[in-house]
Amino acid sequence: MDTPLIEFKDVTKRFGPRTVLERVNLKIYEGQVTTIIGLSGSGKSVLLKHIIGLLKPDEGTILFKGQPLTMMNKNEKAASLAQISYMFQDNALFDSMTVYENIALPLRETTNLKKVEIDLRVTARIDQLELDDAANKYPSELSGGMQKRAALARALVTDPKIVLFDEPTSGQDPVRKNAILSMIAKYQRKFGFTAILVSHEIPDVYFISNRILALYDQAIVFQGTPEELENFDHPFKEEVILSLEELQEELTGLYSKRQFKVRYHVQLNQKTLGETYSVVVFTLAEMDAIIASFGHEAAQEAIRSMGVYIDKHFGARGGFSTRRDTNEFVTMLPYSDLIEVESMLKDFIDDFQEQGIRGIRAGVRKQAASEGCVEFAILAGIAQGQPIGEIEPVIDSAKHRQKEIARLRCDVRR
Amino acid sequence: MLNADNQSLSKGEGRWQLVTLLTRPFAAFGRAAIRWISNLGASAVFLFLAILKIVRPKQGPKILQQVYFIGAKSSMIIMLVGLSTGMVMGLQFYRALVKVGAEGAIGTLVALSLVREMGPMLTAIMIAARAGSAITAEIGIQRISEQIDALDTMRIDPLRYLISPRIAASIISFPLLTALFDLIGIIGGYISAVLLMGANAGTYLHRVQVSMEMKDVTEGFIKAIVFAVIVSTVCCYQGYFAHMRTDSHGANAVGLSTTSAVVLSCVLIMVADYVLTSLLI
Repeated sequence: MDTPLIEFKDVTKRFGPRTVLERVNLKIYEGQVTTIIGLSGSGKSVLLKHIIGLLKPDEGTILFKGQPLTMMNKNEKAASLAQISYMFQDNALFDSMTVYENIALPLRETTNLKKVEIDLRVTARIDQLELDDAANKYPSELSGGMQKRAALARALVTDPKIVLFDEPTSGQDPVRKNAILSMIAKYQRKFGFTAILVSHEIPDVYFISNRILALYDQAIVFQGTPEELENFDHPFKEEVILSLEELQEELTGLYSKRQFKVRYHVQLNQKTLGETYSVVVFTLAEMDAIIASFGHEAAQEAIRSMGVYIDKHFGARGGFSTRRDTNEFVTMLPYSDLIEVESMLKDFIDDFQEQGIRGIRAGVRKQAASEGCVEFAILAGIAQGQPIGEIEPVIDSAKHRQKEIARLRCDVRR
Repeated sequence: MLNADNQSLSKGEGRWQLVTLLTRPFAAFGRAAIRWISNLGASAVFLFLAILKIVRPKQGPKILQQVYFIGAKSSMIIMLVGLSTGMVMGLQFYRALVKVGAEGAIGTLVALSLVREMGPMLTAIMIAARAGSAITAEIGIQRISEQIDALDTMRIDPLRYLISPRIAASIISFPLLTALFDLIGIIGGYISAVLLMGANAGTYLHRVQVSMEMKDVTEGFIKAIVFAVIVSTVCCYQGYFAHMRTDSHGANAVGLSTTSAVVLSCVLIMVADYVLTSLLI
């Protein structure tokens, strides 16, 4: 792998007699979304504040592109830290300034740009983050989600290479939480910055993260992909992940990936050789179209409605489901073969065309910030597996066989 | 043997406890003194750095904005207090001087008392109460809501952005408001002594004019500048470090810091007034 963008080597931090970080070692790579998970008060924010230079380690070294920060001269250090923006948990917007002034502040104070150039850049960020109506309002006049967007716009206006997000979803409802996470993922792709998040939102945060760092007992006990974390055997998993992971996912009401796994293992163990099970993979396609037309919250509401409908329909037939990706669901039907599932899916499609899609439309309309027209499709694919094999290839096979089963043509206003 | 050892040990412990008990009040006093001196040192460094950063680029508009808030917006209350002080002085001095037949000296007394003492001191106390408390509360809230940390993360120096303009604006505003206070006070003295009590108008104005020297005006202005530095430093410092209070947290800490800022400013104004008067007289 390349040289890490940021690396901690044996970093220790104490506040008086209390040790918050002890010999922390971690690596963060360029262009990725890295999420730091851990219990409240475990030192996640302290870790972030070391990256931005608000705190200095008592022991150990922080390296930026392979070079220790302590070995850099003042200008080099300032240049390195200038590439980083920080989005605070409570946004930290200046409440006596309008959204426009808040976004313009770093440019006005730290650059010699002309007023016209500053105006161009601020207006561009306001447009990109859909804040046109809020530009002349004060932060206290905005909703929580809009305040987050304003804080993100301020963090992005200086074109940073790295953006740190300190619990960006705290205090938000499930729809908004997912909307904020999908917003971060979308803008990370759009602007290409390296995102470092501190979050409790398991499993939702897995959908947008390339790497997960687990902070436990003052040290980093895991670094790897969300998939690798699934197989990680450590007390952290018992104490932290299971306590953070709800029995059912907050947004959709479906099983979390872990509960889904446990349940299918139980089901498969009960099966004898020769028996089969089936898997259906659903995808809400053209998510970007919904986001572009109605915003992130409306898109999350559509996903939520779809999850609820899948659970309702297949749950009654002995199936159980989980969300596999931001817009993807997997349903396992342990007692049905392909022919039965095809017939169930046919019923589902009829039902869905009649009622389910109406629910999604209502969800979109409920959350939509603006009226307009949108077109999106629901895809589904079926595959059959045997208890002796792994489920992942069966899911992949179902995904490959996906085809459009329903399409919402246009006009959510009707 | 063991018993003897235990006895001597418990005797030693008892003596130690007695010593601790007797020295406890002094230890508390010592701790408070150390804390006070360390705060004084920190305030001095805070002031020094803030003054250095006054002359950085892009400070002009921010200083002007603060002059408007600390100076222009305080002018009404300063005029009101100045008028009332002048009128009271006119009345009291007239009643005292008429007993010894020296009512002609009333202009001298009113003018010198105002310009040398009452003007700078009351102006400073009034600004500490009106603008100083607002400065502490505003900076304190910015501190506890992480707005100051946000400035740090945006590479904006909080001392340069928040503190230096306020100190510069105070140094500009205090002498101007003191001059306004003096002028309105002298007019107040004229109203009560001449218009209400019947003292001679020509004598009052003549005495004001001839008794006042440039030295008196300079003394008043020096005091005003020193008070400006004291009030602005104390109020900014209390707000800036509101999160470091050990006796409270959050909004409560901001409230207590605001009270401390005003009380400490007033006490320091009075102490500094005595020291300056004894040095300048």
